[in-house]
Amino acid sequence: MSARHIASLIAVVASLVLPVAAQPVAIVGGKVWTGTRQGTVPSAVVVIDNGRVVSVNKAGSPVPLDATVIDAGGKWVTPGLIAAFSRTGIVEVDAEETTDDTSAGKSDYSVALDAADGFNPDATAIAVTRVEGITRIVVAPEASSNLFAGQGFVADTTGAVGTEIDRKAFVLISLGEHGASLAGGSRPAAWAQLRAALDDAKAYPGRYLASNEGTALDRVDAAALAPAARGQQLILIEANKASDLNAIMDFAAANSDLDIAIVGADEGWRVAPRLAKSGIPVIVDAFSNLPASFERLGATGENAARLKAAGVTVAIAAISDGTHNARLAMQIAGNAVANGLSHDDAMDALTTAPAAIFGLQGLGVIGPGSRADIVVWDGDPLEVTSNPDVVMIDGEVQSMVTRQSQLRDRYLKLDERERPLAYVKP
Amino acid sequence: MNRVSLTGVLCMALLLAACGGKNDASGDEAITVPKDPFPSTYTAYPNVAVFISNATIIDGTGAKIENGSLLLVDGKVSAIGKDIEAPADAKKIDASGRWVTPGIIDNHSHLGAYPSPGVSSLSDGNEISAPVTAEVWVEHSVWPQDPGFTRALAGGITSLQILPGSANLFGGRGVVLKNVPSRTVQGMKFPGAPYTLKMACGENPKRVYGYGGGRFPGGAPYSRMGNVAGYRAAWIQATDYKRKWDKYEKEGGDAPTRDLELDTLKGVLDGDILVHMHCYRADEMAQVMDISKEFGYKVTAFHHAVESYKIADKLAEYGACSSMWADWWGFKMEAYDGIKENIPLVHKAGACAIVHSDSEVGIQRLNQEAAKAWADGKKVGINISEEEAWQWLSLNPAKSLGIDTKTGSLVPGKMADVVIWSGNPFSVYSKADQVYIDGALMYDRSDATRRPVSDFELGQPGEGDLK
Repeated sequence: MSARHIASLIAVVASLVLPVAAQPVAIVGGKVWTGTRQGTVPSAVVVIDNGRVVSVNKAGSPVPLDATVIDAGGKWVTPGLIAAFSRTGIVEVDAEETTDDTSAGKSDYSVALDAADGFNPDATAIAVTRVEGITRIVVAPEASSNLFAGQGFVADTTGAVGTEIDRKAFVLISLGEHGASLAGGSRPAAWAQLRAALDDAKAYPGRYLASNEGTALDRVDAAALAPAARGQQLILIEANKASDLNAIMDFAAANSDLDIAIVGADEGWRVAPRLAKSGIPVIVDAFSNLPASFERLGATGENAARLKAAGVTVAIAAISDGTHNARLAMQIAGNAVANGLSHDDAMDALTTAPAAIFGLQGLGVIGPGSRADIVVWDGDPLEVTSNPDVVMIDGEVQSMVTRQSQLRDRYLKLDERERPLAYVKP
Repeated sequence: MNRVSLTGVLCMALLLAACGGKNDASGDEAITVPKDPFPSTYTAYPNVAVFISNATIIDGTGAKIENGSLLLVDGKVSAIGKDIEAPADAKKIDASGRWVTPGIIDNHSHLGAYPSPGVSSLSDGNEISAPVTAEVWVEHSVWPQDPGFTRALAGGITSLQILPGSANLFGGRGVVLKNVPSRTVQGMKFPGAPYTLKMACGENPKRVYGYGGGRFPGGAPYSRMGNVAGYRAAWIQATDYKRKWDKYEKEGGDAPTRDLELDTLKGVLDGDILVHMHCYRADEMAQVMDISKEFGYKVTAFHHAVESYKIADKLAEYGACSSMWADWWGFKMEAYDGIKENIPLVHKAGACAIVHSDSEVGIQRLNQEAAKAWADGKKVGINISEEEAWQWLSLNPAKSLGIDTKTGSLVPGKMADVVIWSGNPFSVYSKADQVYIDGALMYDRSDATRRPVSDFELGQPGEGDLK
């Protein structure tokens, strides 16, 4: 495809950017993975109106007369994918501290640190992530002063200045080696801190009537932990070692009102039946298959498949590279398939599973009434050679232009005979 | 006994082969710099003749053979094509539906030097004590029990270059290995491969030294201009050192005092040691090419080379390879302009493109990294065939390591470094079924007895598991 063709394709896509209540859109002829009981419809008509999916029917079903038609013949159509664990949009350049809002080791606060306060919809990684088919990002802060990283959020990837954010979607806590180190130097120190903090939060505000200080948390952090301590907010815990996962399940059993999910879980397969029984879902990175640390000795690429086979809810994310390459989640899921996970389960791990873990209503599926986050792909979405052709968020077709695509188009032809390339503005 | 004659005695006692033995004018044994004091002890493991048939073969030179056959005899590629007879004694493998390629060669790895587990006592990849540490050799850091080698093998890696890190302007010597499990590094060293020198541009040297965060005394370089001054000052010393040795070799007299650091730099100026330079930005690569011309050496490959697409024409003209990721970007300023089409754009300009990992994770699936770049190029009209693109994974890295006459393509006479894939290796779902190194079956996914387990993983959770 020449640069001119790309330009015209961009123009076509741009012309499809419609205000939400304008007119219906029909995606016609694609192989639709719905994420619902409808399963995969080999050739379908998906009708979208008002930012919502109206219907998913077999090809040949009527298309509204006023609908804008997107031809998806020979292509895959999926729900917009969800990056189940990322740091997208809170960092521009990792090594430049001034652009990095992931952590604050010198802050007086921890649980109260709300990552959404650092969200930058202009971050270049957002468009880069969007054009790969990810329409929602779960964004987590990073633990740095103690084992409480703070509050995470969920956002769309429109990059709109006024992006709506689902704030305080969860509290992130680091256990394992990282948490132990942050809590003072050992796992016992981490658990002592966690139990004392939970106790403070449960006793909030009563314990703080006379003083700003609790046993482990000050007033501000105790207030921030209170919803999670009362089971009203998801607690996401980072841990990998089988014994750490068992300790979390003991803790969950003793505090049955808490809503807990685990991120990492590299040795999850070793305690998979108990995880399934506990109902605790996990977010895994299926690339992790090395004894990268002493808490990952049993890491294997088959972790996702074994967890799923045991009945655990499994989401897949690019945990180790979530600032700029959350987009690797699809390749990671594809590798999980190569290591025994079914294709449907891998798709679930990028859509319905994260939607269930984070309570994202109407997302991760294509069905009547669902939010119209939809991606049209030029091939199997898990295949490394596939790319999206159309990305839609809440019914609006999104721009496929990124800073990277502009750089690419500027340098497609290294011809400066007439003038410097700085005058080429794709 | 002075230092020089001591060296001479050691040389004669221990290293006769390497020391030559020409007499100088005085009749004393001439002093020479040993070129191979840690020689490879690797020899091919026992093998039988193998006849692989009905395969889709990518030969590594840019060609593809459908329904082809490949014969491996005595550890070498013996024949390749459509109409090959199977010798009676050959082991016959029906590879219907499967693909066969040359083994993948990663020319940028830190396995063994930054091994798993990533604990501080095993982290030996950067000698950050000074900006110029050309005297260190990374093979002295490589821990052969790194489980990462076994994972790389499962990903079809048959040879790899281990490099020191990029903290220093001159990081030290790299080493080329065959990816065979061994008790010693010498047992992995690629026989006859030239040495390499790791150099680094840009942010890392100035961050580690000038802005060492209080860990180091500070001092140059604080800036990119400091980096360039550092390279040039070292090459000036090396030029002087080489002149003294050249004079000594020609005229005799007192041998120059040996200097480990300058031995390596002189090796580059002599054309014996290949320069591999970590460099992200286009403008810096252009300057480094000029520096190399000033001092009369050649940069064999720029590594990471995130902005190679901006000067692909100049890189083609100069003749340097670019070792690249498919899609890493943004983690620091010099990686900010990374694009997914870098590799195909470099290829399209006629320059040498290489897919590298710099990662114990990425090295396990370099075929997928190539596939991503290949597809992203195709999406913008850069049509490269899969078989051409495979050169990014074997022949081009082999060229960059000076081993392309021995491996990197399935040409009769070359080492039988071969991977049989379960399907098209440009698919995420394909896996290496079997990996042959010098004709010996070193990995078989379906046979636990052919899947190596490092000492470290013995007796640990998941020992011998499918990884």
